[in-house]
Amino acid sequence: MTTLVLSRRNLLAAGSSVLAAGISGLLLPARAEGLAPTPSMSGGSNNYRKGAAIVDRIGKGGFWMSGTVRRAGDGAPLAGQRIQIWAHTTEGQEHEPQSHGATLTDKDGKFRLEMPQIIPIFGQPHGHLAYDSGEFQTVFLRPVMRSAKETSLEAHFVLQPA
Amino acid sequence: MRLAKATLIWAALATAICVPIAFAAASPLLAWRGPLYILAGFAGIVALGLALVQPLLIAGYLPGLSAYRGRRVHHWIGGALVVAVVVHVGGLWITSPPDMIDALLFASPTPFSPFGVIAMWAIFAVALLAAFRRRLRLRTWRIAHMSLAVVIVVGSVVHAMLVEGPMETVSKAALCALVLAAAIKVMADLWMRRKRATPRGESLARQ
Repeated sequence: MTTLVLSRRNLLAAGSSVLAAGISGLLLPARAEGLAPTPSMSGGSNNYRKGAAIVDRIGKGGFWMSGTVRRAGDGAPLAGQRIQIWAHTTEGQEHEPQSHGATLTDKDGKFRLEMPQIIPIFGQPHGHLAYDSGEFQTVFLRPVMRSAKETSLEAHFVLQPA
Repeated sequence: MRLAKATLIWAALATAICVPIAFAAASPLLAWRGPLYILAGFAGIVALGLALVQPLLIAGYLPGLSAYRGRRVHHWIGGALVVAVVVHVGGLWITSPPDMIDALLFASPTPFSPFGVIAMWAIFAVALLAAFRRRLRLRTWRIAHMSLAVVIVVGSVVHAMLVEGPMETVSKAALCALVLAAAIKVMADLWMRRKRATPRGESLARQ
């Protein structure tokens, strides 16, 4: 039979270990989560066409869509990820095939695709981007340009494994 | 003199509505839109213009129209407003079904959509109420129509101001300000008239 000795030293040790476990229990999950995944934006998947081809440029170009793709948690850049892009541009409406294209991220997880000038459609000048390749969970983005006169637009993905 | 004033009022009204339409018609954005999308957009602008005419008609501010005639025209323009909204929404639906469905379900990312959709339902509700007007008590009808009119005016103006489209900003803002001002003026006049009308009985009784 063990006797419980409530000495001051025991009490201090037990108390501090409970305290330490409690604090780390509160802190650690937050650190493990790290960079949160990007949620899909409402309306992001509108006029999506599955499987847009990888192209050097959509149409005649003149406008730059760029961004980054990182992994949720540690934020590591993801290379070789296929990002699909479409918008209502000077060369066609959102749903038309010539308005769609795709590109791959480089070793730093960055992508950049030239496309025709985006113009306001449905009351906002905006673009659409999709990650829909299966390895990670699908994300649809719909960034809005601050002004219709801008000639570039950025969108950033943080993906979590499917 | 009266003729000059009448001409001036009608000319001002025509300018307020036609200038924004003319600016929109000259917008470079139209070059990249299909005919149906253009038609849908202009139906929206026309609807905004009709929203300016409606209170002026019912209050009898437009010269040359008797009270009876003004009321008749108000009914017809109300019908035209419903048609314009149907063309606006229908045309946009055909142009981009997912965007229109999002808007109608209040799931749209664009902040102006719910204002437009609420104004649309308010316009339909007024039209429906107007069809059954004779079965309603005058007071019920007035309260319902006035409250819905407030929703229509505020909803349409906010919707129009937030949309980035072919309308030119200054002429759009001017038309929106006039729509608001006309509605406020007519409602304030109606309220004052009624306020003056009710206590008269009391004040007479007191004498």
